Amino acid sequence: MKPVLNCDARSALHRAGFSRRTFLKTSGALIVTFNAGWKNAEAQFGGGPSAGSPPANQVDSWLAIAADGSVTAYSGKEELGQGIATVQQQLVAEELSLPFDRVKLIYCDTALTPDQAYTSGSQSHPANFNRNNLAQACATAREALFKLASERLGIPADQLSAANGVITAKSNASKKVSYGELLGGKKFTLTVNTAAKRKPASEWTVLGKPIPRPDLAPLVTGRFEFVHNVRLPGMLHGKVVRPPAVGATVMSVDESSVKDLPGVVKVVVKKNFVGVVAQKPWQALQAANKLKVTWSPGAGLPSHADFYEHVRKQPARDNLMVDSKDVEQKLGEATTVLKATYLHPYQMHGSMGSSCAVADVQGDRATIYSPTQGVWYQKTTAAMVLGIKPDNVHVIFRRGSGCYGLNGADTVTYDAALLSQAVGKPVRVQLSRKDEMAWENYGNAFVMDERAGLDAQGNIIAWDHESWSPTLGNRPGPRTPGNVITGYLAGFEPDAFAPRPAAEPRGYNNGSNGIPSYFAGAVGGTPRGTGTVKSERALAHIVASPFWTGPLRSPARLQNTFAHEGFLDELAAHVKADPVAYRLRHLRDPRLIAVVKEVAKAANWETRPSPRPGNRKTGTAIGRGMACVLYEGDNGYSALVAEVEVDQDTGKVSAKRFVVCNDVGPVSNPNGLRNQIEGGALQGLSRALGEEVTWDDQKVTSIDWRTYHTLPLGFDVPKIEAVLLDRPEEEATGAGETSITLVAAALGNAIFDATGARLRQIPFTPERVKAALAARA
Amino acid sequence: MITLKVNGRTHTLDLDPATPLLYALSDDLELRGPKFGCGLGQCGACTVIVKGQAIRSCITPVKSVEGAEITTLEGLGTIEKPHPLQKAFIEDQAAQCGFCVNGVIMTAKAFLDKNPKPSEQEIQQAMSGVLCRCFTNVRMLRAIQRAGQEMAR
Repeated sequence: MKPVLNCDARSALHRAGFSRRTFLKTSGALIVTFNAGWKNAEAQFGGGPSAGSPPANQVDSWLAIAADGSVTAYSGKEELGQGIATVQQQLVAEELSLPFDRVKLIYCDTALTPDQAYTSGSQSHPANFNRNNLAQACATAREALFKLASERLGIPADQLSAANGVITAKSNASKKVSYGELLGGKKFTLTVNTAAKRKPASEWTVLGKPIPRPDLAPLVTGRFEFVHNVRLPGMLHGKVVRPPAVGATVMSVDESSVKDLPGVVKVVVKKNFVGVVAQKPWQALQAANKLKVTWSPGAGLPSHADFYEHVRKQPARDNLMVDSKDVEQKLGEATTVLKATYLHPYQMHGSMGSSCAVADVQGDRATIYSPTQGVWYQKTTAAMVLGIKPDNVHVIFRRGSGCYGLNGADTVTYDAALLSQAVGKPVRVQLSRKDEMAWENYGNAFVMDERAGLDAQGNIIAWDHESWSPTLGNRPGPRTPGNVITGYLAGFEPDAFAPRPAAEPRGYNNGSNGIPSYFAGAVGGTPRGTGTVKSERALAHIVASPFWTGPLRSPARLQNTFAHEGFLDELAAHVKADPVAYRLRHLRDPRLIAVVKEVAKAANWETRPSPRPGNRKTGTAIGRGMACVLYEGDNGYSALVAEVEVDQDTGKVSAKRFVVCNDVGPVSNPNGLRNQIEGGALQGLSRALGEEVTWDDQKVTSIDWRTYHTLPLGFDVPKIEAVLLDRPEEEATGAGETSITLVAAALGNAIFDATGARLRQIPFTPERVKAALAARA
Repeated sequence: MITLKVNGRTHTLDLDPATPLLYALSDDLELRGPKFGCGLGQCGACTVIVKGQAIRSCITPVKSVEGAEITTLEGLGTIEKPHPLQKAFIEDQAAQCGFCVNGVIMTAKAFLDKNPKPSEQEIQQAMSGVLCRCFTNVRMLRAIQRAGQEMAR
């Protein structure tokens, strides 16, 4: 198959004098297991990098320096809108002592870049900025270049310095040689050396600086190419026809119903997948609307009103995260036992632009432009959907609308592939708003029970957490296209759901933040949690979902944190303790303690118990609340203070101020980090105040922006202040999901502080707030 | 045949008169500014300016704007010579994925042209029908305010 390179990649390779394929094939690289950023993917899907991926342990897989000195870096972590491309470019420039704009970064193209599984789960920093992969490949390359320069100039490497791609003798500026001259357009042919010395943060001049994103200018002037803008010669347009109800199947399709419409090329049916291809998108839409499809009745849906009770009663696959085995006994000995149930609805990614992909399937070969978060997984699963060999599928990432997790990106890619295969021409598909919203893989609904025992001094002596959450499908991974709607309609099954009792926890894993921050987390004897409560149990029940589910920014972590941090606040209020002081009393991780203290300081936190003394029970009341988390148990420390105003007559909640403190290890780009903290905080606010998937007895009813309630751009936006704790000596962690994880909890705690009413169900709609106010003691 | 005047150029296109303007702009003229977000006039991603008004091109039939001067995001400025709004968005790094930016800037442009010195509240009000799902609100609203001051000079 002829690899289709984008212009930038092609010109870089042309300058370097070889094709990328040839380049890697002839590298003589020994393929051994190497961590390409597989932490989450391995846990979820097993296995390792895909066949055909440039080997992660080879410098040449990550870096090419042409004879003219131009530097091209290759990454398996893509730009989804969070600035990760910019910071990867900064990283390469820093390690190689180059100006930022001398580095060209190419990411996520199965003909060019290493397989780093999904770009997801706040894993791009851990994957590429610590002691492996892109960062370490650059460090290895730097050492190799210094060695070559030392030989060439006859000067010991420690008496050389590098700047602007030139290595110069420290004592004699006239003795110098450029990277391009040293390599002469050849490969490195080097294994990544995990011991190669990284540039210390104290010497950084590019990394750690607020370098502006190069994609901003094309974005704001309408020059940027989204996947929506990909146009291929002879390209046609497709529209899909989704079932009218959950579980409905195709009985018959009357193709004659659209045969006279202008521009219609073909009606495509594959099992329950139905679509139309036309010359132009407007014609495709007309045809999709008019196509007569007879569907079987839907399967019927559980009542929305009683859904949380329904969820509790379903057969479950259990996951025991920690169990000290003495929780019931200690609760029996406690002076006081408190209980509460927290509820979180299904929420959607609700991407601003509905998902889009362009596929060109010709015979047994396919070239696909996709906004997928995992090009290599799309390659193998699209091959399954098309019934062709994965080797014959070339997937090229093109940015879609911000996804925040598994939106319609993968499913629409299968849509485009199936329709293109049926007509043998390139086909572009963009979903309708309704098709995006009614069938995406929603963020999980959660029911969470919390129970804790306090001693006579008000200390927590035992805590039990139990949750129920429904699941159906997921990311497709390397072999499950049926995990999203199109794959399923076309005849593939989603991951099987089998109830099973919990096994004993085998190690400490708080990837879902199911374990509260206050637990000692003693699995197998050694405490690995961030807290002090030794009598502890955390148990999750996974049950079957009637709707598709998948990761939505801070999946399960946000829901669990809402319950844990709200409940901690309830305990503090019960013993009339200050919420910050009470947290600190039960925490032992120094970095988590540090973010809590720093955020309290920055927010001018007033030390006192909640509710706020002197607040009246009518009119407007103000209050403050806080929440903290070690995201995923090891991936970023964050604490957030929310200040709110509650209109007790209307039930309207207004956030006035958020103060966030983040410790994500070394800060790659402070401005980019602030952008993520701000965006996460406001997205969290929208999710806490309004967002909820709704349905009737047959179908989803939240299908547009009138029925799914997001905050608009213009509203009474709270002030957001971010405090960044830079820790260059620590490992880099993710930062895209920290602030969002804390908002619902901090907001609920602030509402309690303002009013004395506890909100335990998301979203905090005015009706729910008024009901909670009416129920106050 | 439909004649459209876009960013100072005239185009004659063979289109069903009911075709929404957005389809003509993004598919026939291959413009990258206006975008399909919802097709329902609810999110703003498709916004263009016609006769000084920010309109939702996804629900505007081409026939209804035939002959009128249509300005898209591309028509405001270029990478080399950005409009003050575009410049402010770059300076404030006021975007994440960038999909909504068209609707935000075009809506703000039409608003600022009529209200040269708006208050923070007036800007919020003017932008209350536009969505950004990455929630870059703080920076975007700040950039609009700064651009407004620049444009009023």
